[in-house]
Amino acid sequence: MKSAVITFPGSNCDRDMDVALKKFGFKNKMVWHQDVELPKSDLVVLPGGFSYGDYLRCGSMASKSKIMQSVINFANSGGMVMGICNGFQILVETGLVPGVLLRNKYLEFICKNVFVKISDKDSAYFKNIKNDVLELHIAHNEGNYFCTNDQLKEIEDNTQVAINYCNNEGKIEKSSNPNGSTKNIAGIFNKKKNVLGMMPHPERMIDPSLSGEDGSLFFKNLINNIK
Amino acid sequence: MKISVIITLKKDVLDPQGKVIHQALDGMGFNDVNEVRQGKYFEIDTKETDPQKAKNKVEEMCKKLLANLVIENYKIIDAQ
Repeated sequence: MKSAVITFPGSNCDRDMDVALKKFGFKNKMVWHQDVELPKSDLVVLPGGFSYGDYLRCGSMASKSKIMQSVINFANSGGMVMGICNGFQILVETGLVPGVLLRNKYLEFICKNVFVKISDKDSAYFKNIKNDVLELHIAHNEGNYFCTNDQLKEIEDNTQVAINYCNNEGKIEKSSNPNGSTKNIAGIFNKKKNVLGMMPHPERMIDPSLSGEDGSLFFKNLINNIK
Repeated sequence: MKISVIITLKKDVLDPQGKVIHQALDGMGFNDVNEVRQGKYFEIDTKETDPQKAKNKVEEMCKKLLANLVIENYKIIDAQ
């Protein structure tokens, strides 16, 4: 299985993602944002970080960089594209997934482990995964998911919500919402569910001695689904 | 020709920075403030000399990059 991770100026989770993908069997290639063509891939990942210094709006400049036209074409032809954290912010700026990510409600940079409930298991990202709840890491300043009421209705009607912030038992409640996101949304799909944007970092949870292994569950399941 | 653009958050979008500024103003004794909304201001110096053409170009810039129309409005306020 082949994957590609795009590096933008200011990306800083690109190599972590490379390590994670390779650990679970992907043949990964790093792609520079000024490249025009994507290598042949089963999965394209937009990693976390601070692309273009988060100037203007997070993800806004990266969404216009050269490689993104190929990524958008790849996604529109059904290819799997996953954006993590800043990658999610880039995805919303391209319009591949609906909504935007605003500044966290209490204006704090949040860096901690959270629990997320997998709200939809139909997609290739979460199909067959045993767990309903994963413990993952978040580290962001702008993760407050927002969309218009019309968009929210459409997202819910199409079951596009992928994961929600929850407590350790999987209960989606206000007190487990770290950043003020609408309906505790931590990740969403596009309509066809081949594009996933999410704030938590599964690539940070793949080592039993450093973190937890809930990220490992995600990647193992992902590669099995793509095979 | 210089064109100025103001970008503001739409009415329904929460503006935590504006809220904090409001609170700070309140604490400083400016007690008659109803609300503060923070925005962005751009000055774009363009080679275009025709004001209408320049405005049209800047409007395109707003739609494509400067503003995110899900949450923001833009207003071209000045051309000189």
